[in-house]
Amino acid sequence: MTHQDCRELLGDLSAFLDGEASAEVCAEIRRHMADCRKCRVVVDTLRKTVTLYHTVPQPEMPEETRERLYKVLDLSDFLRR
Amino acid sequence: MTDAEKDRFLLEQIRAGNKAACDDCVRRHADGIYRLALRLVRDPAEAEDVTQETFLNAFKAIDKFDGRSELRTWLYRIAYNAAMVRFRRKHPEMTSLDDPVGADEGLPVPQAMFDWSGLADKELERAELRAEMDRAIQELPEKLRVVFVLRELEELSTEETASTLGTTLETVKTRLHRARLWLRERLTRYFEEAGVTP
Repeated sequence: MTHQDCRELLGDLSAFLDGEASAEVCAEIRRHMADCRKCRVVVDTLRKTVTLYHTVPQPEMPEETRERLYKVLDLSDFLRR
Repeated sequence: MTDAEKDRFLLEQIRAGNKAACDDCVRRHADGIYRLALRLVRDPAEAEDVTQETFLNAFKAIDKFDGRSELRTWLYRIAYNAAMVRFRRKHPEMTSLDDPVGADEGLPVPQAMFDWSGLADKELERAELRAEMDRAIQELPEKLRVVFVLRELEELSTEETASTLGTTLETVKTRLHRARLWLRERLTRYFEEAGVTP
């Protein structure tokens, strides 16, 4: 990605993907993407990166860690509730 | 009742000394606090200590909590500060979680151009990729990592993240964008090297 237009649009891509960019910026990005394969790839893979991280299940705290936390907080009676 | 309303109700109950409310609070927030701590200190035993410290300090200081921020944000802020103290103790040469190379200098210009966005779901669900995604987060510069974890993984809003970290909305937005670009580059190189075909 070396073209000046590509670099200028780069800073707005997250706002574009999050639906927070202005209509004018969105139109400019779409116009540019129609002619620029590299930017299309960047936008598509950036979107996919965000989606992938959203879909990964987040790990829970290990059970023994939770037990020790409840003990420290004097809440052990509530643990098996 | 919204999450924020539930937290406000919990807060009143905790202040009144209701232990069941403390239990509810821990149930609602402990996993997120632990995950944040683990991402910051990178050591399960230390992350456990940070989690314990967070709730002990929060319950002790609950009367001083002014309620200007959400309970969740307040807890994350305590955890973040506790993690920073441990980080400084372990790395006295560094004064904060900031990486020595400026994480706010310019945007990382995309170099990897392999288009993996059309890969089949089964390629994207592989355990190997999940491990790579995890490693990629761990290798993010700290300033970017904490914003990415709070915004994308723990799903705090931009406002909540800024409040947790004591920074501006603009800084959170810029760091999140930099983190995403950094991770995109890293994952694109991974798929390129793996030789997968869309």
